[in-house]
Amino acid sequence: MWNLDKYGQNIAVVTENGQKVTYSEFNSHCKNLTMNIPSRCLVFNLCRNEIGSLVGYIGFLNARIVPLMLKADLDDELLGHCLETYKPDYIYVPKDQKSRFSDYRCVYEKLDYALLKTPFNHEYKLFDDLALLLTTSGSTGSPKLVRQSYRNIEANTKSIVEYLKLDSTERPITTLPMNYTYGISILNTHLWVGASIILTEKGLMQKEFWQQFKEYEATSFGGVPYTYEMLARLRFFMMSLPSLRYMTQAGGKLSPELHEKFAEWALKNGKKFIVMYGQTEATARMSYLPAEKSLEKYGSMGIAIPRGKLSLIDVDGKTITEPETVGELVYEGENVTLGYAQCGEDLSLGDERHGRLITGDMAKFDNDGFFYIVGRKKRFLKIYGNRVNLDETERLIKAHFPEIECACAGVDDNMKIFITDDSYKDKIITFISEKTGLNRAAFGVSVISEIPKNEAGKTLYSELEKTIGKA
Amino acid sequence: MTNLEIYTKVFVDTFGISEEEAKVLKFQDIKAWDSVGHMGLIANLEEAFNIMMETDDIIDLNSFEKGKELLAKYDIDFAK
Repeated sequence: MWNLDKYGQNIAVVTENGQKVTYSEFNSHCKNLTMNIPSRCLVFNLCRNEIGSLVGYIGFLNARIVPLMLKADLDDELLGHCLETYKPDYIYVPKDQKSRFSDYRCVYEKLDYALLKTPFNHEYKLFDDLALLLTTSGSTGSPKLVRQSYRNIEANTKSIVEYLKLDSTERPITTLPMNYTYGISILNTHLWVGASIILTEKGLMQKEFWQQFKEYEATSFGGVPYTYEMLARLRFFMMSLPSLRYMTQAGGKLSPELHEKFAEWALKNGKKFIVMYGQTEATARMSYLPAEKSLEKYGSMGIAIPRGKLSLIDVDGKTITEPETVGELVYEGENVTLGYAQCGEDLSLGDERHGRLITGDMAKFDNDGFFYIVGRKKRFLKIYGNRVNLDETERLIKAHFPEIECACAGVDDNMKIFITDDSYKDKIITFISEKTGLNRAAFGVSVISEIPKNEAGKTLYSELEKTIGKA
Repeated sequence: MTNLEIYTKVFVDTFGISEEEAKVLKFQDIKAWDSVGHMGLIANLEEAFNIMMETDDIIDLNSFEKGKELLAKYDIDFAK
């Protein structure tokens, strides 16, 4: 996938403590790791924004070993469920987590990461073009995975490099996790062009992040809607960031107000602000709003990426040709992934989508052909950029508190959990926040006398949604 | 309520913890105090004391104790 030696003496990575690693050194790290794995197989990569984790990701892909990327602090129970379902041959973890897997034998240790051998050996057949596995909803630990191929990753990487006009002088700083498709696409594209990645586990709200930003002269970062809300609160518009060239936004719809503010700031300060749209199911990106249109078309997700095609279909599946008409968004391109996996056997499946993805998002386009997201067909929310399935959340709560009734609804970044017993309020927030790893601020509990249901016993979510506005 | 009581209550309410836990709390000691939680904390402190904090102070506030020091700049007197 990546021809790392091509950029030999360029700096590939700048770590949190300022260590600079060249492309050829990085390539050696990758090879030293993967030579411990005798043949193509499945590996779990428990990631952080650290060099060990990145060496794993790139090394595995280059050696045709298939990684499932998971966050390093994934809850034990959810991780156990993934292990049981997919039975990987190895698990690659931060050194400080080795004790979590004391039954597994350590076969290699370097850069504060350890490669551990599980008792499983090629339990499931892997489809030949399968490159990478990502969760659809990392936070609820659903074992439903997206299957991405080498071709998908290469196609999407090339399109992004083209529309962002990336070259080896770029230095993005990490703001998104490595198990998240948007975070990964930033790594993919910049390593493709020989640029330098500033790796940090620190967040926007920490002094150390901004010290690294300034000291290593970051040229770009990406953010989900919540990132931009935080930046606005941090008085970002007053900051002096001379090295910054561009900012991207994806992972959910940014409020039109913030879109306008950041677009305006960028134009005034000679920076670029690029709003994009994508899904793990399309590798990463499907559309982008060119920087020069960011203010004129604020609120829009833009146009299809190079070599991709966006269209809308009505309820009968017919293509919509009239502007300002809402329909379901369909994307076609080489980055449309193979399909899902729900069990080990599914890893041998081939391409089920044939380059066409029905996104589940409702959209319209204007007279100039710019697309706008207006809603969502399926029952999930985006919380801090993470897809959180409402039915799965309900199931987690009911499984843990079998004695209560509950229903989940709400809006992005703000889930409402409806219950009928007041005494569970705190317990539920604590439980679900721990389980999903999402901050408790994202969850609210409403106590109602009864969960509205139809005669068949199905929850009437439309009734629940109505109470949200009133509460 | 004294300023210290108001200050402590903001931590207790934002993170869902006890007063005892709040008083020794540092950034990332608990999951609730991550960057998202930090933004909530700042918003709640600004509202409780009717102030607008500067960027440097927002990113410097990494413990319960440090916050008291920083808020003194905004004329919040913890002796009262």
